[in-house]
Amino acid sequence: MTPGKSTRLFIASLLLAASPLALAAETPTLNTANTAWLLTSSVLVLFMTIPGLALFYGGLVRAKNVLSILMQCFAITCMVSIVWVLFAYSLAFGDGGANNAWIGGMAKALMAGIGVDTLKGDIPETVFAMFQMTFAIITPALVVGAFAERMKFSSMMLFSLLWLLVVYVPVCHWVWGDGWLQKMGVMDFAGGTVVHINAGVAALVAALVLGRRKGFPETAMPPHNLTMTVIGACMLWVGWFGFNAGSALAANGTAGMTMLVTHIGAAAGSLTWMFCEWIRFGKPSVLGIVTGMVAGLGTITPASGFVGPLGALVIGVTAGLVCFLATNYMKRTLHVDDSLDVFPVHGVGGVIGTLLTGVFAATTLGGVGFAEGVTMGKQVTTQITGILVTAAWCGIVTFILLKLIDVTLGLRVTVEQETEGLDTVLHNETGYNL
Amino acid sequence: MKLITAIIKPSKLDDVRQALSSLGVQGMTVTEVKGFGRQKGHTELYRGAEYVVDFLPKTRIEVAVASDMAERAIETILQSARTGKIGDGKIFVYDLEQVVRIRTSETGTNAL
Repeated sequence: MTPGKSTRLFIASLLLAASPLALAAETPTLNTANTAWLLTSSVLVLFMTIPGLALFYGGLVRAKNVLSILMQCFAITCMVSIVWVLFAYSLAFGDGGANNAWIGGMAKALMAGIGVDTLKGDIPETVFAMFQMTFAIITPALVVGAFAERMKFSSMMLFSLLWLLVVYVPVCHWVWGDGWLQKMGVMDFAGGTVVHINAGVAALVAALVLGRRKGFPETAMPPHNLTMTVIGACMLWVGWFGFNAGSALAANGTAGMTMLVTHIGAAAGSLTWMFCEWIRFGKPSVLGIVTGMVAGLGTITPASGFVGPLGALVIGVTAGLVCFLATNYMKRTLHVDDSLDVFPVHGVGGVIGTLLTGVFAATTLGGVGFAEGVTMGKQVTTQITGILVTAAWCGIVTFILLKLIDVTLGLRVTVEQETEGLDTVLHNETGYNL
Repeated sequence: MKLITAIIKPSKLDDVRQALSSLGVQGMTVTEVKGFGRQKGHTELYRGAEYVVDFLPKTRIEVAVASDMAERAIETILQSARTGKIGDGKIFVYDLEQVVRIRTSETGTNAL
């Protein structure tokens, strides 16, 4: 916001205080209900990363690496928060002037011009920036699952920082910051492209560039604490209401429907995965049902503000089935060590969800409908463009970043250190002293 | 004197303890252990990845008894630990040379 604008806003608020009705029609005013919901949503989404995702991932690794996962999630949270305020928010959501199709500007660096009274729509811009910050935090944190149990902490920090700036921020701007994909009409309500495809593709590339953990797949590497994983998963489910319904940026009917379809997606994905395992392997597993939940939630995310309950049910079931098959294919056939299955769950889920948004947004299928003059076929084509652009940009840039870090800092700990475990080697601590 | 070491199913521990107490056995040492016999291990499945778990959790009990009581103790363990299914465990019996109660320095059967 320019100094001129904030001065006007200041004067306006003075006048408003004197005469409540005089300027109400022409000046955007703060909506306290919307603000309250976005304050709440920001808290919920932060809660998804710490402790939700940290516990979910932490339980899935071996006991000797549990702290390294918690540490990575925590450190990413802190680092992204600072960088977001320094200039990443400005690049993602600031005005980029002539280049705005590609990237925002630096006018809001250091939160310049954003004060107590600055509004974004009808909520304070501080709240909008905080809400978006929590998305920027969880996305690189999701990638951690791909290189778990073998990456150097220093390289992980550098990678997450650079990845945020050259992958997350541009894609976020393209899709949500008035960039070219948004102008093209890509429908991504809460992050099918920006969050899930981005994280999933980065995870796949990271798993391939770093290579498998020592002993994979012959050696048993079972989760060390599934109780912790289930607790984390439940926190993710609850937090996801902030993630999706908060993306309505208002406490209104859209937010209500978004919350409902989000819940349906989670439940349908969970049950579908459970039945798939039951039929395929003879027993329904706890890890299976919670993984199906994450798949269902990731998949409903881009569609959540656009589809109705029926669409959500189809999307949830599809997510459970396809992500289940993808996970098994990656592990059992391809032997790719995407250690905590980030790509087959988030990447594949993000693709399905973004694609199906173009179908189930149709009013005939219970959705909110397409933009004027847009047919389902045209919308699906636009969605595919969004998917391909995000996957290509993320894949190529992630590969380059990892290769650069590999030749400078090195990506992996030594084989001996990997065997000993990252907790003692990198952090001088152990998770459990029993 | 005899030292009887039995590897049993963890779920049978309470039954065995009660049965031995009824017989008049004064004490025992219990350890949680892992191992395999003819039962072998089992497979666990995590998101489609199969892991063979070689070592199963078992409970090891150690009981020192007078020689004339050894046969009855063994029979008691057999009765109380048996389920009839594979994996019920084994009993090992050793000659025991000496026993000393630390508090009183008593030795032999007096120390049992």
